[in-house]
Amino acid sequence: MIPTAAIPALLSSLAVAQHDGAQAAPAAAAALRDGPPMYLLIALLPLAGLVLCGLCAAWRVKSKLPAWLTVACLAASFGLTLHLFLTHFNGADTTPMRVLGFRWLHWSWGSGVGESFTSNFAFYVDSLTCVWMLFVTGLATLIALYSSEYMSHDLGAGYNRYFAAFCLFVFSMSVLVMADNLTLLFLGWEGVGLCSYLLIGYFYKKPEAVAAAKKAFIMNRIGDLGLLMAMFSIFTAFGTVEYARLFPMIASGVDASGNQIQMSTWLTVVTPLLLTAGAFGKSAQLLLYTWLPDAMEGPTPVSALIHAATMVTAGVYLIARMLPLYDADPDRTVLTFVAWGGAITAFWAATIGMAYYDIKRVMGYSTVSQLGYMFAGLGLLTSGGAVFHVFTHAFFKATLFLCCGAVMHGFAGQLDLRRLSGVWKMKGWGVVGFAMLVGALNLAGFPLVTAGFYSKDMILAQAFSNTDEASIAGSRAVGWLLLLTAGMTAYYTFRVFFRVFTGPPMYEPGPDAHAHAHDDHGHDDAHGHGHGHGHDGAASPKGGTPEEHFHPHAPGWAMNLVMAACALLSIAAVGVYFVHGHADAHGHESHGGWVVSMVDHSSAAMHAPHGGTLFGRDPHALMYWLSGVVGATGIALAWFFHGAGRTTSHTSRADTLFGLVPGLRTVHGAANAKWYVDEIYDALIVRPLNILSHVFHLIDQYIVDGIVNLLGAFPRMFGRVIRPMQSGEMHGYALGMAGGVGVILLVVFIVSLLVN
Amino acid sequence: MTTLAQAGYPDAMSHLTLAHYVAVSAIMFAIGLIGFMTRRNLIIMFLCTELMFQAAGIALVAFGRYHLDFSGQTFVIFVLTVAAAEAAMALALVVLLFRRRDSLSAEEWRDLEG
Repeated sequence: MIPTAAIPALLSSLAVAQHDGAQAAPAAAAALRDGPPMYLLIALLPLAGLVLCGLCAAWRVKSKLPAWLTVACLAASFGLTLHLFLTHFNGADTTPMRVLGFRWLHWSWGSGVGESFTSNFAFYVDSLTCVWMLFVTGLATLIALYSSEYMSHDLGAGYNRYFAAFCLFVFSMSVLVMADNLTLLFLGWEGVGLCSYLLIGYFYKKPEAVAAAKKAFIMNRIGDLGLLMAMFSIFTAFGTVEYARLFPMIASGVDASGNQIQMSTWLTVVTPLLLTAGAFGKSAQLLLYTWLPDAMEGPTPVSALIHAATMVTAGVYLIARMLPLYDADPDRTVLTFVAWGGAITAFWAATIGMAYYDIKRVMGYSTVSQLGYMFAGLGLLTSGGAVFHVFTHAFFKATLFLCCGAVMHGFAGQLDLRRLSGVWKMKGWGVVGFAMLVGALNLAGFPLVTAGFYSKDMILAQAFSNTDEASIAGSRAVGWLLLLTAGMTAYYTFRVFFRVFTGPPMYEPGPDAHAHAHDDHGHDDAHGHGHGHGHDGAASPKGGTPEEHFHPHAPGWAMNLVMAACALLSIAAVGVYFVHGHADAHGHESHGGWVVSMVDHSSAAMHAPHGGTLFGRDPHALMYWLSGVVGATGIALAWFFHGAGRTTSHTSRADTLFGLVPGLRTVHGAANAKWYVDEIYDALIVRPLNILSHVFHLIDQYIVDGIVNLLGAFPRMFGRVIRPMQSGEMHGYALGMAGGVGVILLVVFIVSLLVN
Repeated sequence: MTTLAQAGYPDAMSHLTLAHYVAVSAIMFAIGLIGFMTRRNLIIMFLCTELMFQAAGIALVAFGRYHLDFSGQTFVIFVLTVAAAEAAMALALVVLLFRRRDSLSAEEWRDLEG
């Protein structure tokens, strides 16, 4: 696919960046190897895809060409990533690699330490980067293929725009993950934010989509302020933002000129806290989570790729990348905060997921919740577990989203689990049902056979393994909270599965069945009308409001292929847990599989204490049983309330429960209303700001404009006074002229008399 | 007070001083001005402007003669030429104006009031 001999030669002329950074650093500089510039193509190929899609748009291409171009570029990018991994990070030598692009920013205002600023367009690749890039480019390729069919109702301008933004996203994400310094990371960070905005607002004629896009963009800016400030303070303290120079300085506490760095509270607590703000904004945690469920307004493949598998994990990546800085604080204050923040978000989002009816948003809340697990993992000092969970979650959550997308596509945008039932039993939905089951089992952490089970366990077990030595306050409490959340996760996941995919086959088409009114997601008009006539009675079997002319539209080969591939990869991810990585230079071998060993060979390696016990046993051994039982219980409850004996799509035994337990309906209603968080934000932030802006508007209108208008009024008043002099009477003007001359003559005469 | 150059001129002029010419010019100008301001007929008003024109011409010639400078007379010749062209054009305008209002009164034209 890549002519590996020709391209490096071509690109080496491009690689003009200097090594000045690394050479200036003293002995503390970490080992770093130079990578061939060929690997720049990992990011540049998606950029080429963007250009090609742009050309498609310029030529008004109305075929699936942009999709195939995108898939080709991304597949090549994935191939190259795989090549990078297999040739450079699959052996014992996992020294970070630097791939130089070009000198991007370079300023100096003196010759001393910290008096110059360098940010090259260069990639810093270590095994952490490698893991991330493998699933980013791999899933992007698959989801681009899925999109080629999913977006086919929009062939033409929209299709071209979609794939252009898709390519730009993968480019930005690659830059974010592979950046060699924080400035370049920030470029990618903002790039993925932009693409997220563009793709959430893809259906820009729909007000909700536009509002959701703006919400996502603005809430991310709040976090980005933190990230920017953290970058500033890192530069102020270390005089560089390049990882390769930063990490040795953090490790040794000595700066580039050999002076001791003052590890102040500002540096070890406030700065990581600011970084965390950025990460929490991007990954929808704690107070900043509300944008992610709303982001489900975007096309479903986008939700799968950006808002589940890759972009939202950028926050986890940021913290994992900067983990040495977090760990520089002996009290681990910020890591404790991260653990608690993640756990609380995981629990909170799960409560909403349990009550919500929109299956895609349930998955959205589930993503928030699972991201909470990842942050908790980082905070609980198991960076390997956290990244492993990122890895497994990327596959199974993408699978789940793609299945939701298939349902949405097939039932004209119907996402309400009360209006769908028994989808698996319908003709042509076998792959979707199977993939959904695999994804749901993974998310629920079904024991032994799912990768989600192992990755979640690693985080849960670590919570109890931590001893006081770890300095994570309330580590065990976090563990219990996460364990409870695991049960809730299993319940809400299988609530969706049992309601939508099992039971009697029934459906009501969604809002897009009347296609002309909406230019919308799974709009399915062509198919609906295609074979709808004459089937009026049979079109909506057994209940539901009959929508004439409507037939569900089972996914085609591309969507089925991708869903099957994602499901199989989710299953295969179990194997990752049992594949052991290479021992590091000191002969340590990581436990927990390939991902963990990759993380342990990167700067994100954490050596957490392993002394804690749970009920007097090793938590790692016990947690298999405990979380397995909890997950199975959640599934069993979901089956009892939503699966077993259900005869209609819109009722289940859960409704009976509402009648039996007083107050439960109220709690359920409040959770279904998202605990009114949006309303609270509206009342506390949006509305006061709105009122304030109205006040400023009035001030502008009456005071600022008033002054300006007053100044403008003076000439007008003057004009009004002298205007009557312009009578239009020619004789009047003549008299005026003559009189004027006369007066001047008189004045001259008098003056001359006075002077003489 | 005579200059050397004036001394070369014939005697017949000696009784007629500059002041006479200037006085005639001033009277002609005043008549033109008063006529312009008092009459309403566009043609008469135009004639009055011509009168003022020629008054200025007399003054120019007189002063040119007085200073023995021919540019005064030259200038008047030019002015007369221009005035001839201008008269033709102005009268044409008057005809057009007359056609618009069927009247020669200047008071018909007062559209440009403020």
